[in-house]
Amino acid sequence: MNSLRVFFVGGLISYRALFGWLTPAVYIPALILTPIFQILLFAYIGRAAGSQGDEFYVIGNAIQYASVPCIFVMSQTIADERFFQTLGPILISPAHRVPLFLGRALPVIVNALFVAAFALFAGGLILSITFSATSWLRLVPVLAVAMFSCTGLGLITGAIGLRIRETAVLSNVLVGLLLIFCGANVALASLPHWMAEIGRALPLTHAIAAARAVTNGGTLGQVQGLLGKEAALGIVYTVAGFGLIRFMERQSRLHATLERV
Amino acid sequence: MRTARLLALGWLFHFRMLSQSAFDGFLAILWPLFFATVAFFMFRSGHSVGGLAPVALGAAVMGVWTATSVSASSPLQRERRLGTLELLVAAPSNLATMLLSVCLATSTIGLYCIVATLIWARLLFGIHVPVAHPVSFVLGIVGIVVTIGSLGFLMAVAFVRSRRAWALGAVSEYPIWLVCGFLVPITLLPGWVRPISWLLGPTWGMRAIRAGAFGGDALPDVAMCLVLAAIYIGGGVLLLDTVLDSARKRATLSLT
Repeated sequence: MNSLRVFFVGGLISYRALFGWLTPAVYIPALILTPIFQILLFAYIGRAAGSQGDEFYVIGNAIQYASVPCIFVMSQTIADERFFQTLGPILISPAHRVPLFLGRALPVIVNALFVAAFALFAGGLILSITFSATSWLRLVPVLAVAMFSCTGLGLITGAIGLRIRETAVLSNVLVGLLLIFCGANVALASLPHWMAEIGRALPLTHAIAAARAVTNGGTLGQVQGLLGKEAALGIVYTVAGFGLIRFMERQSRLHATLERV
Repeated sequence: MRTARLLALGWLFHFRMLSQSAFDGFLAILWPLFFATVAFFMFRSGHSVGGLAPVALGAAVMGVWTATSVSASSPLQRERRLGTLELLVAAPSNLATMLLSVCLATSTIGLYCIVATLIWARLLFGIHVPVAHPVSFVLGIVGIVVTIGSLGFLMAVAFVRSRRAWALGAVSEYPIWLVCGFLVPITLLPGWVRPISWLLGPTWGMRAIRAGAFGGDALPDVAMCLVLAAIYIGGGVLLLDTVLDSARKRATLSLT
Protein backbone atom coordinates (compact mmCIF):
# COMPACT_ATOMS: atom_id res chain seq x y z
CA MET A 1 0.00 0.00 0.00
CA ASN A 2 2.80 2.35 0.90
CA SER A 3 4.53 1.58 -2.39
CA LEU A 4 1.34 2.42 -4.29
CA ARG A 5 1.16 5.74 -2.44
CA VAL A 6 4.79 6.46 -3.27
CA PHE A 7 4.16 5.50 -6.88
CA PHE A 8 1.05 7.63 -7.49
CA VAL A 9 1.15 10.44 -4.93
CA GLY A 10 4.92 10.71 -4.62
CA GLY A 11 5.32 10.48 -8.38
CA LEU A 12 2.85 13.29 -8.99
CA ILE A 13 4.34 15.52 -6.28
CA SER A 14 7.88 14.99 -7.63
CA TYR A 15 6.68 15.70 -11.15
CA ARG A 16 5.00 18.95 -10.13
CA ALA A 17 7.97 20.02 -8.05
CA LEU A 18 10.75 19.22 -10.47
CA PHE A 19 9.25 19.69 -13.93
CA GLY A 20 10.33 23.30 -14.41
CA TRP A 21 8.26 23.82 -17.55
CA LEU A 22 4.82 23.51 -15.96
CA THR A 23 4.39 27.27 -15.88
CA PRO A 24 2.36 28.52 -18.89
CA ALA A 25 5.21 30.91 -19.83
CA VAL A 26 7.30 27.86 -20.75
CA TYR A 27 4.71 25.16 -21.34
CA ILE A 28 2.85 27.00 -24.10
CA PRO A 29 5.87 28.02 -26.19
CA ALA A 30 7.87 24.84 -25.60
CA LEU A 31 5.22 22.13 -25.70
CA ILE A 32 2.23 23.61 -27.51
CA LEU A 33 3.59 26.01 -30.16
CA THR A 34 6.98 24.53 -31.03
CA PRO A 35 5.66 21.10 -32.09
CA ILE A 36 3.22 22.86 -34.43
CA PHE A 37 6.06 24.91 -35.92
CA GLN A 38 8.14 21.76 -36.32
CA ILE A 39 5.29 20.11 -38.21
CA LEU A 40 4.93 23.15 -40.48
CA LEU A 41 8.69 23.36 -41.05
CA PHE A 42 8.99 19.77 -42.20
CA ALA A 43 5.73 19.78 -44.12
CA TYR A 44 7.01 22.72 -46.17
CA ILE A 45 10.48 21.21 -46.55
CA GLY A 46 8.68 18.09 -47.76
CA ARG A 47 6.76 20.14 -50.29
CA ALA A 48 9.96 21.84 -51.48
CA ALA A 49 11.76 18.51 -51.69
CA GLY A 50 8.81 16.80 -53.35
CA SER A 51 9.14 13.81 -51.07
CA GLN A 52 6.06 12.93 -48.95
CA GLY A 53 2.58 14.29 -48.36
CA ASP A 54 1.71 16.58 -45.45
CA GLU A 55 0.07 13.80 -43.43
CA PHE A 56 3.39 11.94 -43.27
CA TYR A 57 5.04 14.89 -41.54
CA VAL A 58 2.09 15.76 -39.30
CA ILE A 59 2.05 12.26 -37.79
CA GLY A 60 5.83 11.82 -37.71
CA ASN A 61 6.62 15.14 -36.09
CA ALA A 62 3.70 15.17 -33.64
CA ILE A 63 4.94 11.88 -32.22
CA GLN A 64 8.65 12.66 -32.51
CA TYR A 65 8.28 16.01 -30.74
CA ALA A 66 6.67 14.24 -27.79
CA SER A 67 10.17 12.89 -27.14
CA VAL A 68 10.91 16.37 -25.74
CA PRO A 69 8.51 16.04 -22.79
CA CYS A 70 9.44 12.38 -22.39
CA ILE A 71 13.20 12.80 -22.31
CA PHE A 72 13.62 16.29 -20.89
CA VAL A 73 10.99 15.97 -18.21
CA MET A 74 12.02 12.49 -17.14
CA SER A 75 15.61 13.57 -16.77
CA GLN A 76 14.56 16.77 -14.96
CA THR A 77 12.38 14.91 -12.46
CA ILE A 78 15.27 12.66 -11.49
CA ALA A 79 18.49 14.56 -12.06
CA ASP A 80 17.22 17.85 -10.65
CA GLU A 81 16.96 16.25 -7.21
CA ARG A 82 20.70 16.82 -7.08
CA PHE A 83 20.36 20.40 -8.27
CA PHE A 84 17.90 21.14 -5.46
CA GLN A 85 20.06 19.16 -3.01
CA THR A 86 17.25 16.73 -2.19
CA LEU A 87 18.91 13.67 -3.71
CA GLY A 88 20.57 12.68 -0.44
CA PRO A 89 17.33 12.61 1.59
CA ILE A 90 15.60 10.73 -1.25
CA LEU A 91 18.27 8.05 -1.38
CA ILE A 92 18.44 7.47 2.35
CA SER A 93 14.66 7.12 2.59
CA PRO A 94 13.40 3.55 3.13
CA ALA A 95 11.01 3.85 0.14
CA HIS A 96 11.32 1.12 -2.45
CA ARG A 97 13.20 2.41 -5.46
CA VAL A 98 10.82 1.05 -8.11
CA PRO A 99 7.77 3.15 -7.11
CA LEU A 100 10.04 6.01 -6.06
CA PHE A 101 11.47 6.55 -9.53
CA LEU A 102 8.97 4.89 -11.85
CA GLY A 103 6.09 6.78 -10.22
CA ARG A 104 7.54 9.92 -11.73
CA ALA A 105 7.24 8.39 -15.19
CA LEU A 106 3.44 8.12 -15.16
CA PRO A 107 2.68 11.89 -15.23
CA VAL A 108 5.42 12.26 -17.85
CA ILE A 109 3.69 9.73 -20.11
CA VAL A 110 0.27 11.38 -19.65
CA ASN A 111 1.72 14.83 -20.41
CA ALA A 112 3.58 13.59 -23.49
CA LEU A 113 0.40 11.89 -24.71
CA PHE A 114 -1.39 15.24 -24.49
CA VAL A 115 1.47 17.06 -26.28
CA ALA A 116 1.48 14.55 -29.14
CA ALA A 117 -2.31 14.48 -29.47
CA PHE A 118 -2.59 18.27 -29.46
CA ALA A 119 0.19 18.64 -32.04
CA LEU A 120 -1.50 16.02 -34.21
CA PHE A 121 -4.82 17.84 -33.95
CA ALA A 122 -3.49 21.39 -34.43
CA GLY A 123 -0.95 20.47 -37.11
CA GLY A 124 -3.63 18.56 -38.97
CA LEU A 125 -6.07 21.45 -38.66
CA ILE A 126 -3.58 23.97 -40.08
CA LEU A 127 -2.63 21.72 -42.98
CA SER A 128 -6.25 20.70 -43.62
CA ILE A 129 -5.79 17.09 -42.62
CA THR A 130 -8.66 15.57 -40.68
CA PHE A 131 -8.50 12.29 -38.83
CA SER A 132 -11.72 10.37 -38.38
CA ALA A 133 -13.10 9.57 -34.94
CA THR A 134 -12.16 5.93 -35.53
CA SER A 135 -8.60 6.96 -36.33
CA TRP A 136 -8.41 8.97 -33.10
CA LEU A 137 -9.68 6.02 -31.08
CA ARG A 138 -6.99 3.85 -32.61
CA LEU A 139 -4.33 6.52 -32.25
CA VAL A 140 -4.71 6.85 -28.48
CA PRO A 141 -3.26 3.42 -27.59
CA VAL A 142 -0.57 3.86 -30.26
CA LEU A 143 0.47 7.19 -28.75
CA ALA A 144 0.34 5.75 -25.22
CA VAL A 145 2.73 2.93 -26.15
CA ALA A 146 5.01 5.41 -27.94
CA MET A 147 5.19 7.70 -24.92
CA PHE A 148 5.84 4.76 -22.61
CA SER A 149 8.80 3.55 -24.66
CA CYS A 150 10.25 7.04 -25.06
CA THR A 151 9.89 7.73 -21.35
CA GLY A 152 12.01 4.62 -20.83
CA LEU A 153 14.76 6.37 -22.78
CA GLY A 154 14.17 9.44 -20.60
CA LEU A 155 14.72 7.29 -17.54
CA ILE A 156 18.18 6.45 -18.89
CA THR A 157 19.02 10.13 -19.37
CA GLY A 158 17.72 10.82 -15.87
CA ALA A 159 20.04 8.16 -14.52
CA ILE A 160 23.00 9.58 -16.44
CA GLY A 161 22.00 12.97 -15.05
CA LEU A 162 22.84 11.67 -11.60
CA ARG A 163 26.45 11.72 -12.73
CA ILE A 164 26.83 14.44 -15.36
CA ARG A 165 25.83 18.08 -15.31
CA GLU A 166 24.81 18.72 -18.91
CA THR A 167 21.52 16.84 -19.02
CA ALA A 168 19.97 19.51 -21.26
CA VAL A 169 22.70 18.91 -23.87
CA LEU A 170 22.32 15.13 -23.60
CA SER A 171 18.53 15.34 -23.92
CA ASN A 172 18.81 17.61 -26.96
CA VAL A 173 21.23 15.21 -28.63
CA LEU A 174 18.85 12.29 -28.09
CA VAL A 175 15.91 14.27 -29.44
CA GLY A 176 18.02 15.19 -32.48
CA LEU A 177 19.02 11.57 -33.07
CA LEU A 178 15.39 10.50 -32.88
CA LEU A 179 14.58 13.16 -35.46
CA ILE A 180 16.97 11.51 -37.90
CA PHE A 181 16.53 7.84 -37.12
CA CYS A 182 12.92 7.23 -36.10
CA GLY A 183 11.33 7.76 -39.50
CA ALA A 184 9.47 10.93 -38.54
CA ASN A 185 10.54 12.78 -41.68
CA VAL A 186 12.49 10.28 -43.75
CA ALA A 187 11.00 6.86 -44.38
CA LEU A 188 13.26 4.10 -43.10
CA ALA A 189 13.42 2.74 -46.65
CA SER A 190 15.12 5.98 -47.72
CA LEU A 191 17.78 5.76 -45.03
CA PRO A 192 20.95 3.69 -45.39
CA HIS A 193 20.45 0.15 -44.09
CA TRP A 194 22.56 0.63 -40.96
CA MET A 195 20.64 3.78 -40.06
CA ALA A 196 17.30 2.04 -40.53
CA GLU A 197 18.49 -0.77 -38.24
CA ILE A 198 19.43 1.74 -35.55
CA GLY A 199 16.04 3.37 -36.02
CA ARG A 200 14.29 0.06 -35.37
CA ALA A 201 16.09 -0.21 -32.03
CA LEU A 202 14.96 3.26 -30.92
CA PRO A 203 11.69 4.30 -29.34
CA LEU A 204 8.95 5.89 -31.49
CA THR A 205 9.98 4.29 -34.81
CA HIS A 206 7.46 1.44 -34.67
CA ALA A 207 4.79 3.67 -33.11
CA ILE A 208 5.12 6.23 -35.90
CA ALA A 209 4.72 3.47 -38.48
CA ALA A 210 1.70 2.14 -36.56
CA ALA A 211 0.14 5.61 -36.32
CA ARG A 212 0.52 6.11 -40.08
CA ALA A 213 -1.07 2.70 -40.66
CA VAL A 214 -4.11 3.31 -38.43
CA THR A 215 -4.78 6.74 -39.91
CA ASN A 216 -4.76 5.09 -43.32
CA GLY A 217 -7.55 2.77 -42.25
CA GLY A 218 -5.56 0.02 -40.57
CA THR A 219 -6.94 -1.63 -37.44
CA LEU A 220 -5.14 -2.10 -34.15
CA GLY A 221 -4.99 -5.80 -34.91
CA GLN A 222 -3.09 -5.07 -38.10
CA VAL A 223 -0.47 -3.04 -36.24
CA GLN A 224 -0.20 -5.23 -33.16
CA GLY A 225 3.22 -6.43 -34.31
CA LEU A 226 4.51 -2.87 -34.45
CA LEU A 227 2.93 -2.02 -31.11
CA GLY A 228 4.37 -5.16 -29.58
CA LYS A 229 7.88 -4.20 -30.71
CA GLU A 230 7.41 -0.65 -29.42
CA ALA A 231 6.17 -1.90 -26.04
CA ALA A 232 9.02 -4.42 -25.83
CA LEU A 233 11.52 -1.62 -26.52
CA GLY A 234 9.81 0.45 -23.84
CA ILE A 235 10.24 -2.33 -21.30
CA VAL A 236 13.90 -2.79 -22.26
CA TYR A 237 14.63 0.94 -21.94
CA THR A 238 12.70 1.23 -18.67
CA VAL A 239 14.50 -1.73 -17.12
CA ALA A 240 17.84 -0.41 -18.38
CA GLY A 241 17.05 3.06 -17.04
CA PHE A 242 16.05 1.76 -13.64
CA GLY A 243 19.12 -0.48 -13.51
CA LEU A 244 21.29 2.50 -14.38
CA ILE A 245 19.71 4.56 -11.60
CA ARG A 246 20.53 1.82 -9.08
CA PHE A 247 24.05 1.55 -10.49
CA MET A 248 24.61 5.30 -10.22
CA GLU A 249 23.24 5.24 -6.68
CA ARG A 250 25.65 2.49 -5.66
CA GLN A 251 28.55 4.25 -7.36
CA SER A 252 27.74 7.51 -5.60
CA ARG A 253 27.78 5.72 -2.24
CA LEU A 254 31.03 3.92 -3.01
CA HIS A 255 32.87 6.99 -4.22
CA ALA A 256 31.08 9.61 -2.10
CA THR A 257 30.09 11.50 -5.24
CA LEU A 258 26.38 11.91 -4.54
CA GLU A 259 26.41 15.69 -4.53
CA ARG A 260 29.22 16.16 -7.01
CA VAL A 261 28.15 18.87 -9.40
CA MET B 1 35.78 55.38 -29.08
CA ARG B 2 34.85 54.10 -25.62
CA THR B 3 31.66 52.60 -27.08
CA ALA B 4 33.57 50.82 -29.85
CA ARG B 5 36.06 49.47 -27.31
CA LEU B 6 33.30 48.23 -25.03
CA LEU B 7 31.53 46.61 -27.97
CA ALA B 8 34.70 44.91 -29.22
CA LEU B 9 35.89 43.72 -25.81
CA GLY B 10 32.39 42.62 -24.78
CA TRP B 11 32.05 40.70 -28.04
CA LEU B 12 35.45 39.02 -27.60
CA PHE B 13 34.85 38.19 -23.95
CA HIS B 14 31.43 36.64 -24.55
CA PHE B 15 32.49 34.89 -27.75
CA ARG B 16 35.29 33.14 -25.88
CA MET B 17 32.98 32.32 -23.00
CA LEU B 18 30.23 30.93 -25.26
CA SER B 19 32.80 28.88 -27.17
CA GLN B 20 33.55 27.00 -23.94
CA SER B 21 29.89 26.31 -23.16
CA ALA B 22 28.49 22.85 -23.87
CA PHE B 23 25.00 24.27 -24.39
CA ASP B 24 25.69 27.56 -26.19
CA GLY B 25 28.74 26.34 -28.08
CA PHE B 26 28.78 22.59 -28.71
CA LEU B 27 25.02 22.08 -28.89
CA ALA B 28 24.49 25.19 -31.00
CA ILE B 29 26.80 23.62 -33.59
CA LEU B 30 25.38 20.10 -33.30
CA TRP B 31 21.65 20.94 -33.27
CA PRO B 32 21.42 22.33 -36.83
CA LEU B 33 23.37 19.32 -38.07
CA PHE B 34 20.47 17.08 -37.09
CA PHE B 35 18.10 19.19 -39.15
CA ALA B 36 20.58 19.49 -42.01
CA THR B 37 20.92 15.70 -42.12
CA VAL B 38 17.17 15.19 -42.21
CA ALA B 39 16.83 17.86 -44.92
CA PHE B 40 19.56 16.22 -47.04
CA PHE B 41 17.79 12.87 -46.85
CA MET B 42 14.42 14.47 -47.62
CA PHE B 43 15.70 16.29 -50.69
CA ARG B 44 17.69 13.27 -51.82
CA SER B 45 14.65 10.99 -51.63
CA GLY B 46 12.35 13.57 -53.22
CA HIS B 47 12.08 14.70 -56.81
CA SER B 48 13.24 18.29 -56.38
CA VAL B 49 15.38 19.47 -59.28
CA GLY B 50 17.35 22.23 -57.56
CA GLY B 51 20.25 20.07 -56.35
CA LEU B 52 21.52 19.81 -52.80
CA ALA B 53 23.97 22.73 -52.74
CA PRO B 54 21.29 25.37 -51.92
CA VAL B 55 19.96 23.06 -49.22
CA ALA B 56 23.43 22.70 -47.70
CA LEU B 57 23.87 26.47 -47.71
CA GLY B 58 20.48 27.09 -46.11
CA ALA B 59 21.08 24.41 -43.50
CA ALA B 60 24.47 25.94 -42.71
CA VAL B 61 22.97 29.38 -42.13
CA MET B 62 20.20 27.95 -39.93
CA GLY B 63 22.84 27.48 -37.28
CA VAL B 64 23.45 31.21 -36.97
CA TRP B 65 19.86 31.69 -35.84
CA THR B 66 19.98 28.61 -33.60
CA ALA B 67 23.03 29.97 -31.83
CA THR B 68 21.31 33.30 -31.33
CA SER B 69 17.63 32.58 -30.65
CA VAL B 70 17.90 31.02 -27.18
CA SER B 71 21.14 32.58 -25.94
CA ALA B 72 20.46 36.13 -27.09
CA SER B 73 16.90 36.21 -25.84
CA SER B 74 17.90 35.73 -22.24
CA PRO B 75 21.18 37.55 -21.41
CA LEU B 76 19.38 39.95 -19.06
CA GLN B 77 17.74 37.00 -17.30
CA ARG B 78 21.17 35.40 -16.97
CA GLU B 79 22.58 38.56 -15.38
CA ARG B 80 19.50 38.80 -13.15
CA ARG B 81 20.00 35.20 -12.01
CA LEU B 82 23.70 35.78 -11.33
CA GLY B 83 22.87 38.95 -9.38
CA THR B 84 24.90 41.21 -11.67
CA LEU B 85 22.08 43.01 -13.48
CA GLU B 86 21.88 45.85 -10.98
CA LEU B 87 25.64 46.37 -11.23
CA LEU B 88 25.49 46.55 -15.02
CA VAL B 89 22.57 48.98 -14.99
CA ALA B 90 24.30 51.20 -12.44
CA ALA B 91 27.64 51.14 -14.30
CA PRO B 92 28.58 54.25 -16.31
CA SER B 93 28.92 52.11 -19.44
CA ASN B 94 25.92 51.95 -21.71
CA LEU B 95 23.84 48.82 -21.04
CA ALA B 96 22.64 48.64 -24.64
CA THR B 97 26.24 48.45 -25.90
CA MET B 98 27.04 45.68 -23.45
CA LEU B 99 23.90 43.78 -24.44
CA LEU B 100 24.57 44.23 -28.15
CA SER B 101 28.07 42.79 -27.73
CA VAL B 102 26.58 39.67 -26.11
CA CYS B 103 24.07 39.22 -28.92
CA LEU B 104 26.68 39.71 -31.63
CA ALA B 105 28.87 37.16 -29.87
CA THR B 106 26.04 34.60 -29.92
CA SER B 107 25.43 35.11 -33.62
CA THR B 108 29.19 34.87 -34.27
CA ILE B 109 29.06 31.38 -32.74
CA GLY B 110 26.93 30.65 -35.78
CA LEU B 111 30.10 30.85 -37.91
CA TYR B 112 31.13 27.54 -36.36
CA CYS B 113 27.75 26.15 -37.47
CA ILE B 114 28.24 27.33 -41.04
CA VAL B 115 31.67 25.73 -41.29
CA ALA B 116 30.58 22.53 -39.51
CA THR B 117 27.48 22.07 -41.68
CA LEU B 118 29.34 22.68 -44.93
CA ILE B 119 32.04 20.16 -43.91
CA TRP B 120 29.31 17.71 -42.82
CA ALA B 121 27.53 18.10 -46.17
CA ARG B 122 30.76 17.65 -48.09
CA LEU B 123 32.13 14.64 -46.22
CA LEU B 124 28.96 12.67 -45.55
CA PHE B 125 26.74 13.60 -48.46
CA GLY B 126 29.29 14.63 -51.09
CA ILE B 127 27.63 18.02 -51.52
CA HIS B 128 29.94 20.63 -52.95
CA VAL B 129 28.89 24.23 -52.41
CA PRO B 130 30.47 26.49 -55.03
CA VAL B 131 31.49 30.03 -54.18
CA ALA B 132 31.14 32.09 -57.35
CA HIS B 133 32.01 35.43 -55.73
CA PRO B 134 34.09 34.92 -52.55
CA VAL B 135 33.96 38.60 -51.55
CA SER B 136 30.16 38.75 -51.87
CA PHE B 137 29.90 35.44 -50.05
CA VAL B 138 31.93 36.74 -47.10
CA LEU B 139 30.00 40.02 -47.10
CA GLY B 140 26.77 38.02 -47.02
CA ILE B 141 27.98 36.04 -44.01
CA VAL B 142 29.03 39.22 -42.21
CA GLY B 143 25.65 40.74 -43.07
CA ILE B 144 23.68 37.82 -41.70
CA VAL B 145 25.76 37.61 -38.50
CA VAL B 146 25.24 41.34 -37.87
CA THR B 147 21.53 41.34 -38.69
CA ILE B 148 20.82 38.20 -36.64
CA GLY B 149 22.85 39.56 -33.72
CA SER B 150 20.85 42.80 -33.91
CA LEU B 151 17.56 40.90 -34.07
CA GLY B 152 18.72 38.95 -31.03
CA PHE B 153 19.39 42.27 -29.28
CA LEU B 154 15.84 43.44 -30.01
CA MET B 155 14.49 40.15 -28.66
CA ALA B 156 16.68 40.40 -25.55
CA VAL B 157 15.19 43.80 -24.78
CA ALA B 158 11.63 42.83 -25.73
CA PHE B 159 11.67 39.81 -23.43
CA VAL B 160 13.27 41.62 -20.51
CA ARG B 161 10.15 41.36 -18.34
CA SER B 162 9.97 37.61 -18.69
CA ARG B 163 11.80 35.29 -16.31
CA ARG B 164 11.51 32.53 -18.93
CA ALA B 165 12.73 34.45 -21.96
CA TRP B 166 14.70 31.45 -23.23
CA ALA B 167 11.42 29.69 -24.02
CA LEU B 168 10.26 32.64 -26.13
CA GLY B 169 13.60 32.63 -27.94
CA ALA B 170 13.43 28.88 -28.52
CA VAL B 171 9.93 29.03 -29.96
CA SER B 172 11.15 31.48 -32.62
CA GLU B 173 13.70 29.03 -34.00
CA TYR B 174 11.55 27.10 -36.49
CA PRO B 175 9.42 30.04 -37.67
CA ILE B 176 12.52 32.05 -38.59
CA TRP B 177 14.05 29.06 -40.39
CA LEU B 178 10.82 28.70 -42.33
CA VAL B 179 9.83 32.30 -43.00
CA CYS B 180 13.33 33.49 -43.97
CA GLY B 181 13.63 30.89 -46.70
CA PHE B 182 16.63 28.97 -45.42
CA LEU B 183 15.41 25.63 -46.77
CA VAL B 184 12.04 26.41 -48.30
CA PRO B 185 11.64 29.00 -51.08
CA ILE B 186 9.58 31.91 -49.76
CA THR B 187 7.38 31.65 -52.86
CA LEU B 188 6.15 28.31 -51.54
CA LEU B 189 4.77 29.92 -48.37
CA PRO B 190 1.33 31.56 -48.16
CA GLY B 191 1.22 35.07 -49.62
CA TRP B 192 0.65 36.79 -46.26
CA VAL B 193 3.95 35.41 -44.96
CA ARG B 194 6.09 37.17 -47.59
CA PRO B 195 5.80 40.74 -46.20
CA ILE B 196 6.80 39.34 -42.80
CA SER B 197 9.88 37.75 -44.31
CA TRP B 198 10.87 41.08 -45.88
CA LEU B 199 11.01 42.64 -42.41
CA LEU B 200 13.42 39.99 -41.19
CA GLY B 201 17.12 40.56 -41.80
CA PRO B 202 17.98 36.84 -42.14
CA THR B 203 15.84 36.71 -45.32
CA TRP B 204 18.14 39.24 -47.01
CA GLY B 205 21.25 37.67 -45.52
CA MET B 206 20.30 34.31 -46.97
CA ARG B 207 19.72 35.93 -50.35
CA ALA B 208 23.12 37.64 -50.17
CA ILE B 209 24.92 34.41 -49.31
CA ARG B 210 23.15 32.56 -52.11
CA ALA B 211 24.13 35.34 -54.52
CA GLY B 212 27.75 35.07 -53.37
CA ALA B 213 27.72 31.30 -53.78
CA PHE B 214 25.81 30.83 -57.00
CA GLY B 215 26.34 34.16 -58.74
CA GLY B 216 24.41 37.39 -58.56
CA ASP B 217 24.62 40.81 -56.99
CA ALA B 218 24.83 40.41 -53.22
CA LEU B 219 25.39 44.06 -52.33
CA PRO B 220 21.72 45.23 -52.28
CA ASP B 221 20.86 42.30 -50.00
CA VAL B 222 23.82 43.03 -47.71
CA ALA B 223 22.71 46.66 -47.58
CA MET B 224 19.20 45.54 -46.56
CA CYS B 225 20.76 43.40 -43.81
CA LEU B 226 22.60 46.41 -42.43
CA VAL B 227 19.59 48.74 -42.72
CA LEU B 228 17.38 46.28 -40.86
CA ALA B 229 20.14 45.73 -38.28
CA ALA B 230 20.26 49.50 -37.68
CA ILE B 231 16.47 49.54 -37.25
CA TYR B 232 16.58 46.61 -34.80
CA ILE B 233 19.34 48.28 -32.79
CA GLY B 234 17.60 51.67 -32.79
CA GLY B 235 14.31 50.11 -31.72
CA GLY B 236 16.07 48.03 -29.08
CA VAL B 237 17.89 51.04 -27.59
CA LEU B 238 14.65 53.06 -27.36
CA LEU B 239 12.82 50.13 -25.80
CA LEU B 240 15.65 49.46 -23.36
CA ASP B 241 15.66 53.09 -22.20
CA THR B 242 11.91 52.92 -21.59
CA VAL B 243 12.16 49.61 -19.76
CA LEU B 244 15.04 50.81 -17.58
CA ASP B 245 13.23 54.04 -16.69
CA SER B 246 10.17 52.05 -15.72
CA ALA B 247 12.23 49.54 -13.71
CA ARG B 248 14.00 52.34 -11.82
CA LYS B 249 10.74 54.15 -11.01
CA ARG B 250 8.95 51.01 -9.83
CA ALA B 251 12.00 49.23 -8.38
CA THR B 252 11.23 46.13 -10.46
CA LEU B 253 14.61 45.49 -12.06
CA SER B 254 15.15 42.20 -10.26
CA LEU B 255 11.56 41.05 -10.86
CA THR B 256 11.37 39.80 -7.29
